[in-house]
Amino acid sequence: MDEQPTDGSVTLSVAAAFREERGRLLAALVHRFGDLDLAEDAAAEAIEAALARWPVDGVPSRPGAWLMTTARRRAVDRLRRDRTYADRLALLAVESQRAGPAPAADAGGDDLPDERLQLFFTCAHPALAADDRVALTLRCLAGLTTPEVARAFLVPTATMAKRIVRAKNKIRTARIPFRVPGRDELPQRLPGVLQVVYSVFTEGYSASSGPQLQRLDLAEEALRLGRILRRLLPAEREVAGLLALMLLTHARRDARTGADGELVLLHEQDRHRWDRDMIDEGCALVPVALTGGPPGPYGVQAAIAALHDEAPDVTSTDWPQIVALYDVLMAITPSPVVAVNQAVAVAMRDGPAAGLARLDALAGEPLLRDYGPYAVARAELLARLGRYAEAATAYRRAIELAGTEPERTHLRRRLRALESPRHHHPL
Amino acid sequence: MKYMLLITSTDGGAECSTSFEDWQVFDKAVQDAGIMVSAHSLADFTTATTVRVNDAGEPTITDGPFAESREVLGGYYVIDVPDLDAALHWATRCPGARGAGAVVVRPVADF
Repeated sequence: MDEQPTDGSVTLSVAAAFREERGRLLAALVHRFGDLDLAEDAAAEAIEAALARWPVDGVPSRPGAWLMTTARRRAVDRLRRDRTYADRLALLAVESQRAGPAPAADAGGDDLPDERLQLFFTCAHPALAADDRVALTLRCLAGLTTPEVARAFLVPTATMAKRIVRAKNKIRTARIPFRVPGRDELPQRLPGVLQVVYSVFTEGYSASSGPQLQRLDLAEEALRLGRILRRLLPAEREVAGLLALMLLTHARRDARTGADGELVLLHEQDRHRWDRDMIDEGCALVPVALTGGPPGPYGVQAAIAALHDEAPDVTSTDWPQIVALYDVLMAITPSPVVAVNQAVAVAMRDGPAAGLARLDALAGEPLLRDYGPYAVARAELLARLGRYAEAATAYRRAIELAGTEPERTHLRRRLRALESPRHHHPL
Repeated sequence: MKYMLLITSTDGGAECSTSFEDWQVFDKAVQDAGIMVSAHSLADFTTATTVRVNDAGEPTITDGPFAESREVLGGYYVIDVPDLDAALHWATRCPGARGAGAVVVRPVADF
């Protein structure tokens, strides 16, 4: 229904206001009917009805309950009409007797039980393809339409529609359940949910392809999803860690690109343009993420981001602490990419030669062969050591590997500065 | 809902990392849980014979196939459990999933 041209911006803003409501409604309907397609259709029809009725009749006193009642009625009508659903309806009659009374409204004064956690775990189920998990989560929980999800990932709508249909078909046919994993399963399953949210964020923060460096809406969607998860799982430290990491990274968004949309690196950013409120919110979550048990990867990365965000400039940044945190991160999730980041921190603590030695020790890593940031880091350190010819080679490699135009522009500028003999200066 | 657990091996069917006792324990657990529909272990893949029938209805019988396909089916279980999570849980417990083995979980089509 979101695609239909409506009568002006008032209706559109009401529709936007429904986006979070839609996720809750959808989750409650999936919980009730156990069928994602049916739930989506019923939710859409209920919201459509609300958009038509509320401006005339006024907003009901319990909007969530109104939507749920309307949607449930539409769903039951459809079940009665549709013969393929007939068996399911019989099953539901049995299940609803077993289920007992509906759960009470939660303390927040909401009048719709929040079943979104189930939907998070279904959308991020490991039996689904990784891309499909992201697409489904954006559609079902962030409330994006299929064309919006397609635009966000720069794929044709038809491709995205096919992907979503395939995923929903697997959920139905293989009967991937709508349930929150038990305490014992949670450590195994929660990282998958967090990974989906974080990959939405990183895609938004550093677009892997396309003309723009940042795709702000995806990052905002990821933050929204992160906040919902934080409310649903307040005791999970890695949920706090993920939200903190995203906030502390997103806080630098305005300083990350220059006037022409080109990339501005951390050490050159105008720190006055960082979002203080977001930094404060993120910093407050870091102790939550790191207290009460062994640290998780998101919590540690959030702590690193917090050290950057709290430092007035690059030189006064607590590099020894950052190097130490990378040691912790390497112990939890060893990866060549983490090792590259640590090498850069070592260069800041002990000088470019020490950092370069670390980078060169990683030269054989197959994962780093086509990894742009590795080439960039080498180029920077080589330039700082005055090894300009080698630095230029590394920059050329980095330009080949860069995914977005702003990155390429930035790197070409670096390379030109290096090649003009009068401008040899530390970068 | 019925799921078939297809027990495959990539090393030509040898199950070196699991013992006969492991399979007995698993089999008993499946029986005790009341989810068993059927299960069979297949004889060595070198004993396989392939039958094809052409448009004229004439059969061709050939020896094999042998291990050109890297994964060899060694046996299967059909279990009846509520959902995929339950099926995956049983697949995780299956000795055939360890070492060079893998268990492919497929829902049985419901006609």
